[in-house]
Amino acid sequence: MSAAPQSKVAASLAAQSRWKAWELALAALAVVSWWLLGEHALLANEVAILALFAVSLDLILGYAGIVSLGHAAFFGFGAYTAALFAKHVMPDPLVGMAVAVLAAALLGAVCSVLILRGSDLTRLMVTLGVALVFFELANKLDWLTGGTDGLQGVVMGPLLGRFEFDLYGRTAYAYSLVVLLVAMFIARRVVHSPFGVSLKALRDNRLRAMSIGLSVNARLAAVYTFAAALAGAAGALLAQTSGFASLDVFDFHRSADVLLVLVIGGTGYLYGGIFGAIAFKLLHDLISNWTTQYWGFWLGLFLVVLALVGRERLMKPWTWFRRSAT
Amino acid sequence: MTVVLETRSLVKRFGGITATSDVSLRVERGARHALIGPNGAGKTTLINLLTGVLEPSSGSIALDGVDITRIAPHQRVRRGVVRTFQINQLFNALTPLQSLALTVSARLGISAKWWQPLGRDARVVQACETLLRQFRLDDVMDQKVALLAYGKRRLLEIATAIASQPRVLLLDEPVAGVPEGERQEIFDTINALPDEVSVLLIEHDMDLVFNFARSVTVLVNGAVFAEGDVQSISTDPRVKAVYLGEGHG
Amino acid sequence: MLTLLFDGIAYGMLLFVLAVGLAITLGLMNFINLAHGAFAMAGGYVTVLLMNKLNVPFLATLPLAFLFTALVGAALERTLYRPMYSRPHLDQVLFSIGLVFMTVASVDYFIGSQQQIIQLPAWLQGRFDLAAVGIGKYRLFIVVVCALLTLALQAVLSRTRFGSRLRASVDDPRVAAGLGINVNRVFLLTFAVGSGLAGLGGALGAEVLGLDPTFPIKFMIYFLIVVSVGGTTTITGPLLAALLLGIADVFGKYYVPKLGAFIVYTLMIVILTLRPQGLFGRAATR
Repeated sequence: MSAAPQSKVAASLAAQSRWKAWELALAALAVVSWWLLGEHALLANEVAILALFAVSLDLILGYAGIVSLGHAAFFGFGAYTAALFAKHVMPDPLVGMAVAVLAAALLGAVCSVLILRGSDLTRLMVTLGVALVFFELANKLDWLTGGTDGLQGVVMGPLLGRFEFDLYGRTAYAYSLVVLLVAMFIARRVVHSPFGVSLKALRDNRLRAMSIGLSVNARLAAVYTFAAALAGAAGALLAQTSGFASLDVFDFHRSADVLLVLVIGGTGYLYGGIFGAIAFKLLHDLISNWTTQYWGFWLGLFLVVLALVGRERLMKPWTWFRRSAT
Repeated sequence: MTVVLETRSLVKRFGGITATSDVSLRVERGARHALIGPNGAGKTTLINLLTGVLEPSSGSIALDGVDITRIAPHQRVRRGVVRTFQINQLFNALTPLQSLALTVSARLGISAKWWQPLGRDARVVQACETLLRQFRLDDVMDQKVALLAYGKRRLLEIATAIASQPRVLLLDEPVAGVPEGERQEIFDTINALPDEVSVLLIEHDMDLVFNFARSVTVLVNGAVFAEGDVQSISTDPRVKAVYLGEGHG
Repeated sequence: MLTLLFDGIAYGMLLFVLAVGLAITLGLMNFINLAHGAFAMAGGYVTVLLMNKLNVPFLATLPLAFLFTALVGAALERTLYRPMYSRPHLDQVLFSIGLVFMTVASVDYFIGSQQQIIQLPAWLQGRFDLAAVGIGKYRLFIVVVCALLTLALQAVLSRTRFGSRLRASVDDPRVAAGLGINVNRVFLLTFAVGSGLAGLGGALGAEVLGLDPTFPIKFMIYFLIVVSVGGTTTITGPLLAALLLGIADVFGKYYVPKLGAFIVYTLMIVILTLRPQGLFGRAATR
């Protein structure tokens, strides 16, 4: 770079990918939280895992525009892979994580073929179908997965050979936090790259995207694979930090919950998954304290109101009672 | 004169309707060729066939002698066949700068890079600067496209096509909806294209056609009705008859 | 094996009646209504409650189940659903999932989560043999009722003026409105009838499919399979898809119980991948 002043164009483009102050603050806050949230480490760990899962969904929903009701397929696949790897091959968490991420990415690549064609409904059905198939598989292959009892006897080795996973969850939270931060860093670069912007473009106007020479199918397949890898990482985190994997990881409510988390936090700017996860967990805890059994009702009501009011307007209460523009 | 884009007996049927009927068209290198005809003559359908958005029922299309009939739309763009849309097709959620940067990146073959930020490449920056200036979009370069005025959107539509450095440029009514005073400017830009670029233009405004085009094809009911240089077409009584009652535009 | 086939047909016809409302509203309003199963559940519970609490005879509960769910459907359409038509599909999905959660939790709260048992009238119980086929009387009843409903639907769609208006509105709502068709009224009536049919299906199916608060979630996938595989542009498409699904499910569960529903899901994925518009649908235009 020479001493010549940067042109307006170069400056504007550079500004879009530069780290904003609030992003740095958020990252710092996340790191510091490990010390601040000491006693709540287990809960914080859950939030971090959910956040990673939701961010992975944002990549396909907020950026590529694919409505998926079965993202739990990759979450669960990562979870079971990590758990089975630890149990049968080697208890080292980092190696297990790498294997799980690779496995989930492969599954994502294979499944990406299914979401290329068809309407929103078709894609909804196919993604839902895949998650259900895996649920059934995990259920029926109970000699491998433990079936409805879940996979027992998963003992994780110490992280980096030194840090044991303790009952308080402090190691777990640190581990999940680091994985989340690494994933966010990578995802952030992807999102600001030509590839990332082209995803937004093809979601916005597929015809136009084709007409500037972008291959839509290859891009959708690539982002779906990447998102599956991140979801698999989240699932692996769950399995490794809890030492357990059950059918629940493939359950429909996982896919529905993560969709809701992302919608609460906002789609399309990458951090929605994080804010949504925090809000969702807090909400869940709050409501569970009033009414343990009927959390579903309030969740449902929230969804209905959210949909009626409109997702963008939710954050602006002064627009709630004005007639919608559409 | 070398033929750069050619169709042979191109036919497109939709159910019982024949939108394109046995069209054999030749576009020469450096052509300034107009495609005219009454409404519903099948002009846009022909462009859709040339760009691959529609598949022909029969017939073939060749670019530089190579058959491209089965080649996907985005591949044709990479080979230099670029079009504009009659109704703006823009990226409403992006800014003009982002749209052009993406288009230039696609042209340079770096649009799949996932680690570098968009616009890091100096070539992208330079191309965008030129385009933004040329199309007077630099003052709105950071606004969301959805919020731009119609005239600017139309300019962006054309700028996007030029950003792909077309070898064959298919313009579908480029000045549709643009006020009289601004039309000439758009045409000046098209006129300023390098001589090697071949331009096929769909247009209703006859003044613009006769100012710009050197050769004309007249399409009626999906078939080629008349063809020739702009002088003979403008004085052809059959062509005038076909337009009787149509008036201008 | 023919007995299985007959059972599969009965199951398929039931699924058709349950899902046909969803197919029509999806084709008509382009609205993904995942809460459709909740209407079916409502119809089932109406029948159960009327029979067990008020001793209403079984046959009489059926039209009542239809009416009740149709009215509820009409009310909801007018108030909650209508603003959602123009929304993106994601919002519609969230909305309808929210409704499902609310209804499931409400039923659980007010009625309880146990399976509901219906006592069928004596003349519908038992089975008889016809040639080599074992025919359950109740399943025969289901087949007959559903076949009659299907014929009635087909007749309404192709012979009545309402049917023409409906078909026009499905084809292109704006043009239909331009022709003077009160598209809002068509939507309302169609939604009401579709929900009513779901309720009737739920009532008919309570004995065969089981009835508890998780019904909408358990069977949602089946309705969606019928609609996505059958397409939304015809009546026969979903009918054939439902029959296919019913037969595949019954045969699958009998011959390969280890795999269970796995077969059905895989079949659906394969079909939708090869033909995204469904087996019988037109290519998606939106």
